Amino acid sequence: MTTEAPPKKEEPKKEEESFLSLFVHNLWSANTVTVTFLSILLALVIGAVLIVVSDSEVLATFSYFTARPSDALTASWDLISRAYADLFKGAIFDPAAVSAWFNGTGDWQTALNPLSETLTYAAPLVFTGLSVALAFRGGLFNIGGQGQAVIGCVTAGVAGFAIGLPAGLHLVVALAAGLIGGALWGFVPGLLKARTGAHEVITTIMLNYTATLFLGWLILQNGVQDPDRTDAISKTIDSTAGLPALPAPLRVHFGIVLAVLVTAGVAWLVNRSSFGFELRAVGVNPPAAKTAGMSVGRTYIMLMVVAGGLAGLGGATQVLGTADRLTDQVAGNIGFDGLLVALLGRNKPWGTLFAAILYGGLRAGGNLMQVDVGISLELVTVLQALIVIFIAAPALVKAIFQLRDARTARLGASMAKGW
Amino acid sequence: MSRVSTATVDDLTEATAPDRFWNRQRRLGAALVIIGLIAAVIFGSLAESATARFTISEDAEGAALSINGQFGAILFGIVTVAAGGALLAGVAKRWQTLLLCLGIVTFVFSFLCWQVAGKFLPLVDTLSGSLELALPLILGALAGVLCERSGVVNVAIEGQFLMGAFGAALVGTLATSVWAGLISAVVGGVIIASLLAVLAIRFLVDQVVVGIVLNLLALGITGFLYERLMQPDALKYNSPPRLPEWRIPGLADIPVIGPVLFETNLLVWLALILVVVIHLGLTRTRWGLRTRAVGEHPTAADTVGIRVRGLRYMNVLLGGVVAGAGGAYFTLVSTGAFNKNMTAGAGFIALAALIFGRWTPFGALGAALFFGFAQKLANYLSAVGSPVPNQFLNMLPYLATIIAVAGLVGRVRAPAADGVPYVKS
Repeated sequence: MTTEAPPKKEEPKKEEESFLSLFVHNLWSANTVTVTFLSILLALVIGAVLIVVSDSEVLATFSYFTARPSDALTASWDLISRAYADLFKGAIFDPAAVSAWFNGTGDWQTALNPLSETLTYAAPLVFTGLSVALAFRGGLFNIGGQGQAVIGCVTAGVAGFAIGLPAGLHLVVALAAGLIGGALWGFVPGLLKARTGAHEVITTIMLNYTATLFLGWLILQNGVQDPDRTDAISKTIDSTAGLPALPAPLRVHFGIVLAVLVTAGVAWLVNRSSFGFELRAVGVNPPAAKTAGMSVGRTYIMLMVVAGGLAGLGGATQVLGTADRLTDQVAGNIGFDGLLVALLGRNKPWGTLFAAILYGGLRAGGNLMQVDVGISLELVTVLQALIVIFIAAPALVKAIFQLRDARTARLGASMAKGW
Repeated sequence: MSRVSTATVDDLTEATAPDRFWNRQRRLGAALVIIGLIAAVIFGSLAESATARFTISEDAEGAALSINGQFGAILFGIVTVAAGGALLAGVAKRWQTLLLCLGIVTFVFSFLCWQVAGKFLPLVDTLSGSLELALPLILGALAGVLCERSGVVNVAIEGQFLMGAFGAALVGTLATSVWAGLISAVVGGVIIASLLAVLAIRFLVDQVVVGIVLNLLALGITGFLYERLMQPDALKYNSPPRLPEWRIPGLADIPVIGPVLFETNLLVWLALILVVVIHLGLTRTRWGLRTRAVGEHPTAADTVGIRVRGLRYMNVLLGGVVAGAGGAYFTLVSTGAFNKNMTAGAGFIALAALIFGRWTPFGALGAALFFGFAQKLANYLSAVGSPVPNQFLNMLPYLATIIAVAGLVGRVRAPAADGVPYVKS
């Protein structure tokens, strides 16, 4: 390079400059990262407004806003900053606890507890998120993650307390039971779609509630209900079937490791396997896939079985990892949250994993916020929903912040699909 | 971008010959024969041989239609089998719907005879309870009709219910006026509807995604404000007045129908009138013709000068008005206070009623009444300690919808452009 003529020498430097300016230019354009970041920011801003509006003490200071605006502003700022600081402390780490650990005055459990909570909440969401994301890639909208997760809870839970097996094997059997239960619940809409063309959105919505009602009936039956209790609660699963905690006093369990492994598996399935190629082909253009000799119907069935199995595993981790027994609400909202997670992760396996961890963090931080500042955990639901609304409508974010067009405009690809 | 599919029923299977033996009529007939046999044999053998009384008056003693439970269960089961047999034998097509209805109704009668044998079922209470439980479903399904006939999928009925219920409770309490509550319920429904409209029509976001996310948003916001405002001070924020019951003198004295239809609250009449109004509007007016055109073929509608997006905005917002009023039922009629997630899936049953009723106002009314009856029956059975678990009766709306969509009982077809955003090219 040194032997070359001076004018040519300048070229790399010029490129460097253009790269830098390109970077700055792209930073404020509607690319994936910027839109995601700004969506989270917008959601937090709206959340802050809700916090202030719903606090009567702070609202009282707004009544004399024109006389002394500083009162209202400091009161609002205090409340918001305390709430969001708690959100951070509950989700990632509390600086006080960490420094206490380093000074020897605190223990490592307290310092690592926030992260543990985040990962605990994230684990089932990874599975339900992957379930929705995988189905999306094949052109199906699996709203049935909730129902499949509920059935996964049921089968894994029943396998957890009804059969006695040695430790290890019992866990594997219970997880497999959850997988199979969810897969069966996913098989029904897949089969109906393939054989009769019934729209999977309608059938899966209906199956969600059917599953919840079935759970409500099952936990009141003899042999399932806890004999010492009169309310709707099942027996506790055997300790041999529980997911082991990763270091013991913390709540985080083996489920998150499983979630990472399954994410890798799904990434391989989508991007490298022949089934993945088929499902992507069917997702992009079913008639073309059919012309190329693929069976669209069989792909739909397989896809829903795999998606159902993933959601069922999510339910199984919920029961075997944290809940320990079946109740009406054992599956919580993990199926619908999985939908949000998949949308936030843009239907990519690793993206879904990170989105699930973000949502788990919001949930863990929300718990601390509720205890410490008394702001309802429901704020987290609002934040989660808002983030996805902005993610799903990038044109809105683009308009609000006056972003430039992205060079690779992959956003705004709405998956518009009727009934 | 995935393929834009517009039909409820994608024809993935190979085209079948039109005159195969197991056509729809025969499959329906076979299904009726099977459930009729179940009714006659199983219900008949399980039923007590005691009198089943369906009381007409308000108390247990007065005038009643009565029949021996076991005899009734077997008799009605046999009628169901006969109706199915007639369908199997291939009677003329114009009798098909009538026979199907007859078969299903007699099956329900057979089931009732089994359950009520030795007890009594108050008819007035059952009917008015069914109507009351069906009330939000009717209004929600009508909101769905308005949206979806113009081509916007509305999965956010649940969210509109919640916002409506919350708004009614909050403003109704603050203003101590039930009418202010009703109006703010409508406003609550319209807020969610306008978000749906802007995101779906202007920003072209997938309508099912928007609907689901808006449900979660409504759940979060109402739950958040409930815990922050209503829970600490229920008297100040969460004790709305109830919607008064009005009695129309004369008409209310007709037996059975009188007390059910003419001694009730305003919302019931509003819902029933809306069914007729929307039906006439869709079939007889310029607005209705345009709505249907936009829902079936927006490009063609645009060519003749109809403002596709404008009409869709209007219909979605009108849907928000109707669904918000449906939300008022939960706080102003049913319980008298807001609670977190108090709609508990009613919005999705309304969606089921919309689909089961084939996207028509009267179909939606019929489906909603049927689902309301199933819920009321479930409540009754759990009250009298029936061996039939009420959870399974509550599954009925969902299972019926799956069966309907799968084309086992007639094909349901959504408006052709339902869920497809319109982009002017």
